[in-house]
Amino acid sequence: MIRPTQVPMREQDPKVRIRNFEEVPFGYTPEEAVSEAERCLQCKRAPCIQGCPVNINIPKFIREIREGDFRAAIRTIKETNNLPAICGRVCPQETQCQAVCTLGKKYEPVAIGRLERFVADWEYEHGVELPEVGKPTGFRVAVVGSGPAGLTCAADLRRFGHAVTIFEALHEPGGVLMYGIPEFRLPKRIVRAEIENLLKMGVELKLNVVVGRTVTIDELFARGYHAVFVGSGAGLPKFLGIPGENLIGIYSANEFLTRVNLMRAYLFPEYDTPVKVGKVVAVVGGGNVAMDAARTALRLGAERVIVLYRRTEAEMPARREEIHHAKEEGVEFEFLVNPVRFLDSGGKVSGVECIRMELGEPDESGRRRPIPIPNSNFVIPVDTVIVAIGNDPHPLVPRTTPGLATTKHGTIVADEEGRTSREGVFAGGDIVTGAATVISAMGAGKRAAFAIHRYLLSRYGEKVAKC
Amino acid sequence: MHRILKKKFLGPNLVELEVEAPLVAAKAQPGQFVIVRLHEKGERIPLTLADWDPEKGTIVLVAQMVGKTTYQLGMEYREGDAIRDVVGPLGNPSEIKHYGTVACVGGGVGIAPIFPIARALKEAGNTVIGIVGARTKDLLFWLDRMEKVCHELHVTTDDGSFGRKGVVTEPLKEVLQSRKVDHIWAIGPAIMMKFATLTAQEFGVPITVSLNSIMVDGTGMCGGCRVEVQNESRFACVDGPEFDGTKVNWDLLLARLNTYKEEEKCALEKYLAVKEAQR
Repeated sequence: MIRPTQVPMREQDPKVRIRNFEEVPFGYTPEEAVSEAERCLQCKRAPCIQGCPVNINIPKFIREIREGDFRAAIRTIKETNNLPAICGRVCPQETQCQAVCTLGKKYEPVAIGRLERFVADWEYEHGVELPEVGKPTGFRVAVVGSGPAGLTCAADLRRFGHAVTIFEALHEPGGVLMYGIPEFRLPKRIVRAEIENLLKMGVELKLNVVVGRTVTIDELFARGYHAVFVGSGAGLPKFLGIPGENLIGIYSANEFLTRVNLMRAYLFPEYDTPVKVGKVVAVVGGGNVAMDAARTALRLGAERVIVLYRRTEAEMPARREEIHHAKEEGVEFEFLVNPVRFLDSGGKVSGVECIRMELGEPDESGRRRPIPIPNSNFVIPVDTVIVAIGNDPHPLVPRTTPGLATTKHGTIVADEEGRTSREGVFAGGDIVTGAATVISAMGAGKRAAFAIHRYLLSRYGEKVAKC
Repeated sequence: MHRILKKKFLGPNLVELEVEAPLVAAKAQPGQFVIVRLHEKGERIPLTLADWDPEKGTIVLVAQMVGKTTYQLGMEYREGDAIRDVVGPLGNPSEIKHYGTVACVGGGVGIAPIFPIARALKEAGNTVIGIVGARTKDLLFWLDRMEKVCHELHVTTDDGSFGRKGVVTEPLKEVLQSRKVDHIWAIGPAIMMKFATLTAQEFGVPITVSLNSIMVDGTGMCGGCRVEVQNESRFACVDGPEFDGTKVNWDLLLARLNTYKEEEKCALEKYLAVKEAQR
C-alpha cells in the first residue's frame, strides 16, 4: 500500500523563524528519507529523468536510498549534478521532475527534491567525495562569474583535466547563491563548502575582477587562455517606469537582498552596510525573488509586508513552497493589482497607488494577460517598496567584447551547447536566457563544459595540449 | 589584500593614500573609480581614481572623512596596513579628445579626480583652464600638480583664506565671459556641480559632471546608484559616472545622497565613541 501523501519535512515554527535567518526546513531524517523513497514506483519509463534539466537518474538514487545505501545515492546524483545540496533546496521541483512523476497522477508526487537534499546533507556529514580530476591537458579556460553556471562549468572542466580560473566581480564567490538567495532558504555554509570543494579540485579563483573592466575577454585570450565561459548572470534590475520610482525607500530586490545577504546589513551597525525597512513594506512581483524579499523584510522587523502581483496566485512564477512559507509567516498578498505611481512625502516614498487588473487573453508567455480595470485606483500607504520584477542581463561583457552577438534584450546569443558568435567564447545561464533558475544555469554550464572540451581538442589537438 | 604604501593628510579630515592594486593600475583611465571594502565587516564605497602608476602597480585615492568607513580609513589604517578589497577600474572613462579650450572645475575633494582628467586633456592638446576651490585654505590640495597640467589655474576659498574669496562658479563665469570655452568638466559636491551646470548653461557650453551616487556593488547589479538623466533612470556605475550635467535631475541626486543620513550618523557616532573609550 503506497502512502498517498509525501512524508512531511519538519520546519521551524513560523512565529519563531520570522525572528531569525536560520533555515526554515530541517530536512529528512534517514528514516523519513527511506520512508519517502519507498513511495517511488520505480517505473520503467521514468519521466522524472526527462523532467530534470540535468537528467539525474532519479529512480536509481531513490532506490539506493530505499536500500539504505546513501553513499551510492549521492554518487548517482553527482554523475550529472555537481551541486545537489543547493538544487535540493532551490529547484522548482513541482514544475520539473515532480510535475511528471507517475505517482503524482493519483497521489502526491514523490518528494524528489527533499530526497536529493537529504543525501547531499548526508554526504556533508559523512565526508564529501570529490570528483576525480582529469589528467592535465595543458589547456587553460577562464570562467567569468562564480554563480551556478560558472561553478558547474568549472567543476566539469577540471574533470576533463583543463586548468580553470574563475573570475568573480564581487568580494565573495557564489553569485546569486550568495547575494540573492537568503540564508533561511540556502545557508551560506553550503555555498562556501561547494566552493571549497572546487578549490580542492584545483580550480583557481580570482575575486574582485570585473571582466569587461578589470580585464576584457580579448585580454584573457592574450594572457594565454584557450577558451572562455561567460556566466556573468543577471545585471541591472528592471524598474516599473512609473512616476516616483527613484524616491528614497524604493529598492530593487537586487539591492535589498545584496545589502542583507552579501553585506550582512541585518547586523548593522556591527557590519557597516545599512538597509532601511519601514513598518509597511510593499513587494512588487510574483517570483521567488519577490518571496525572498518579502520574507527578508519580515525578518528585518517590518510589521506588514504586502506582495503586489498583477496576475493571480495560480500564475505566480514562485515555487509553491516559497508562497506557502511566505503565507505561513504572515506575508499578505494583493493579487490582480499593478502599481501606477509612488507617492512622495518629502523625497521619501509614502504610498503606492495601484490599479486593479483582470485577466484577458493569454499572452506570448501562455499566461492570461492582465488588463487594467479603469477607475479602480487605490492607495496603499507604505514606507518601503521592493521592486522584484526581474533583471536585464549583465551589460559589461557584451559591451566590451567586439564581435559577440547579443539579442535585442542584451542577452548573449548562444546555441544549446553555449557556443557564441566568437570562436572560443562560450556562454550560459542568465546571461543567455535572461532570468531563469539555478538548475537551468547549471545545466547550461555543464553542456558548455563538454562543448569547450571538444572544442579545445578539435581546435588545438593533443600537440598544443602537451606544451 | 591591498597594501597601503603611503598615507598622508592633505588637510583636516582629508587623506591621500597610495595603494597596491596592480590590476586596477594597469587599466585605469581618467574618470573611472574603484570600490573599496576595508575589512570583513566593511561596506563597499566608491572612490574616484586620483592617480595611478601601471609600472608600480599602485593607485592614488583621496578620501574625505565623512562617515564611519572614511574615518576608519583616516584614523586606523597606516602605511603597511592592507585594505581587504579594491575592485576596478569601474565606470566609463572620460571622453578625452581635442576639444580646443576646456575648463576643469574641481570642488573640495573633487580636486583629486579632476586632476587626471585635466592632465589627459592637456596631453590631448587642449588649452586647459583649471578652477579649484574649497571651503578654506586647509582643504585645498594638489595646487602644484594642477599648476603643471593647466595652462592657467584659478583658486578660490569660501572664506578668502587663500586665493580668491568665493566659490568656483565665479571664476568659471568670468572665464566663460572672456573667451570661447569648448567643454567643461566639473567634479565636486553635488550642489557645486549643479551650480557649475547652471553657469555652463547660461553660456551654452557643454558640461560633463561625475555623479557620486550611493553604490553597493558598483558593477551594474544593484541599481542603488540610479540617477535621473533626461527624465530616464540611469545607473551611475555602468552608464556613468560621467553625464551631461544639463540633463541631470540634481534635486533627486541630492535627496538620494541623504538616504542613509541617520544610519551614517549613528554608525559614525558609535565608532567615534568606541575610539574615544579606547583612548
